[in-house]
Amino acid sequence: MSDAVKIEANGLTLGYGGVTVQRNVSLRIRTGSIFALMGGSGSGKSTVLKGLVGLLRPEAGTVRVDGEAYWPGTSAQRTALNRRFGVLFQSGALWSSLTVAQNVALPLRLFTRRRAAAIADLVRFKLALVGMEDAADRMPSELSGGMRKRAGIARALALDPDVLFFDEPSAGLDPVTSRRLDDLILELREGLGTTIVLVSHELPSLFAIADDGAFLDGDTRTVIATGAPSALRDGSTDPTVRAFMHRERIDADGRAG
Amino acid sequence: MLVLEGDWRGRDGLVPTAQASAIARAVGDMRQVRIDALALGNWDSLLITVLWQLRTRLLADGRTLDEAGLPPPMHRLLALAANEAAAFAPRPRRWNPLAALGGATLSALAAIGAVTELLGSLLGSLLGGLWGGLWGGLLPRGRRPGARMQNGDLLDAVQRAGPSALPIVGVVNLLMGAILAFIGAAQLRRFGAQSFVSELVGLSLVSELAAVMTAIVLAGRTGGANAARLATMQGNEEIDALRVLGISERVTLVLPMTLSLVLTMPLLYLYACLIGMVGGGLVAVGMLGIPPVAFASALVRVVPLSQFAFGAVKSAAFALLIGLVSCHIGLGAGRSAAAVGEAATRAVVAGIVGIIAVDAVFAVLADALGL
Ligand SMILES: Nc1ncnc2c1ncn2[C@@H]1O[C@H](COP(=O)(O)OP(=O)(O)OP(=O)(O)O)[C@@H](O)[C@H]1O
Ligand SMILES: [Mg+2]
Repeated sequence: MSDAVKIEANGLTLGYGGVTVQRNVSLRIRTGSIFALMGGSGSGKSTVLKGLVGLLRPEAGTVRVDGEAYWPGTSAQRTALNRRFGVLFQSGALWSSLTVAQNVALPLRLFTRRRAAAIADLVRFKLALVGMEDAADRMPSELSGGMRKRAGIARALALDPDVLFFDEPSAGLDPVTSRRLDDLILELREGLGTTIVLVSHELPSLFAIADDGAFLDGDTRTVIATGAPSALRDGSTDPTVRAFMHRERIDADGRAG
Repeated sequence: MLVLEGDWRGRDGLVPTAQASAIARAVGDMRQVRIDALALGNWDSLLITVLWQLRTRLLADGRTLDEAGLPPPMHRLLALAANEAAAFAPRPRRWNPLAALGGATLSALAAIGAVTELLGSLLGSLLGGLWGGLWGGLLPRGRRPGARMQNGDLLDAVQRAGPSALPIVGVVNLLMGAILAFIGAAQLRRFGAQSFVSELVGLSLVSELAAVMTAIVLAGRTGGANAARLATMQGNEEIDALRVLGISERVTLVLPMTLSLVLTMPLLYLYACLIGMVGGGLVAVGMLGIPPVAFASALVRVVPLSQFAFGAVKSAAFALLIGLVSCHIGLGAGRSAAAVGEAATRAVVAGIVGIIAVDAVFAVLADALGL
């Protein structure tokens, strides 16, 4: 992990049609880090993720990718920046008219000039990474929830992106598969230097692999703590963060108990 | 002090609704309400709901509910429900006819603007695509524009819009022609002019009915399906997944859907004319005793080819309208299952109304052109 900043968000305000979900969000995601977006359900993690990948135009604030401002550029520049991203959506978001293998192959077909056979090999390899090679020819509607997630991960990996955004990758996965996914994330970082932005509730996995992060609060609608999840667990004084990290309920007066 | 006695089970209909407000009135302005539940019998979540509402009311006035007297499980369940009821209060909404009319007008204008913009960007990408196709081979490796329409997408869409609609378009127009001949003959017979039935069938089919009926069938079939498909993809974040890759949903989805309609509709129109004439001919020959040759030769004599051309152009305009409107509605749909059904319905309704409106424009145009 270097000190270079891959993605920098400054004072982002994000919302839908006038309803603000998160305001004044500032994040520094370093190159090669595994960055965790944490927070309660409905606090706006997926929304911030969409803001970072350019799907949701912020009402205020800036996003920089490799130092380059995202929104002021032309749409061609944005597309070029986006080509460095791989995104797993919370719902998987597989293209429902294509098989699993075609889903993974589509970005490769569109954006590389490899031959069909080379693409097929790559697709098989990416599916094997997530243990999905047997389901390559199934349609998304024939998959279980966890399989959809895994196919979505394979698709996000297709173009060997610089930055991977994973929205709850381990939700719906059994403990063994979920552990394998942790290993995969670590290997991608070690081997390819990929930066990984992770939305997850899986505390043990967050403590094990994430080395930076931000905690979004749904009530105050902003970031209330930043740092590695394990550091937040051990050091944070904020009752909401402490409660989250220790899996506790909070009393009305804000005491974790 | 609030004393709870006996059974409080919603399942048995023992807890009257709106109980919380009655209790709130009864406790008056006590600062702290204590609960005595020693004689409480059976209870279920309805009682908890009542207590929860009571607590919310009291807290809103800065008063408290002392729950220590409740059975422990009830106490714990009540503690789980935070007092956030106020946050979910429905927004007050009053219906103002004038405001509704203004809103509807504005959104209709906005929709027309959006559809026009969609058309513009489709034309742009179509031309860009042709240009790119021409020069694509010359560009260096890796510089090829990625998000172009795939020929496979267009073929699929043409298949969905065209050949698979043949049976229903055929049936509708066959019956249309037969009905025209039948009703027309009944009227013409009064003047002894039955032999003009072929003129009647031919002219009305070619200049109006075949195009409009075919367009309405396609608005229902393909327009509704397009809107539902796009709305579903929107709800599944499939469109987001395309956008993240820099693939424009307009190029990969809207363009093939619309282009396939524009390409197939004129052909369907010609087919509909033919089938309608066959339907009229069956009635004319079978029931009115007009010789087949006479019917056919009258048709050829009376319907000028320019009418067919005009009808084909009109069909293409209908197709463009159906394609653009249904895609616009599908892409703008909300992200739920109900929104999908709503989008399909709206696409069909807007398509049919639009077809009639465009048809009126073409009628004026035909008059001006002297067709
Ligand atoms: N498309 C949308 N339109 C309007 N509001 C939305 C939309 N998507 C999310 N919201 C609202 O934004 C808020 C944050 O949602 P978001 O999906 O970002 O939460 P989250 O932190 O990812 O939650 P979870 O952990 O449950 O996935 C919620 O209050 C939600 O109601
Ligand atoms: Mg989410």
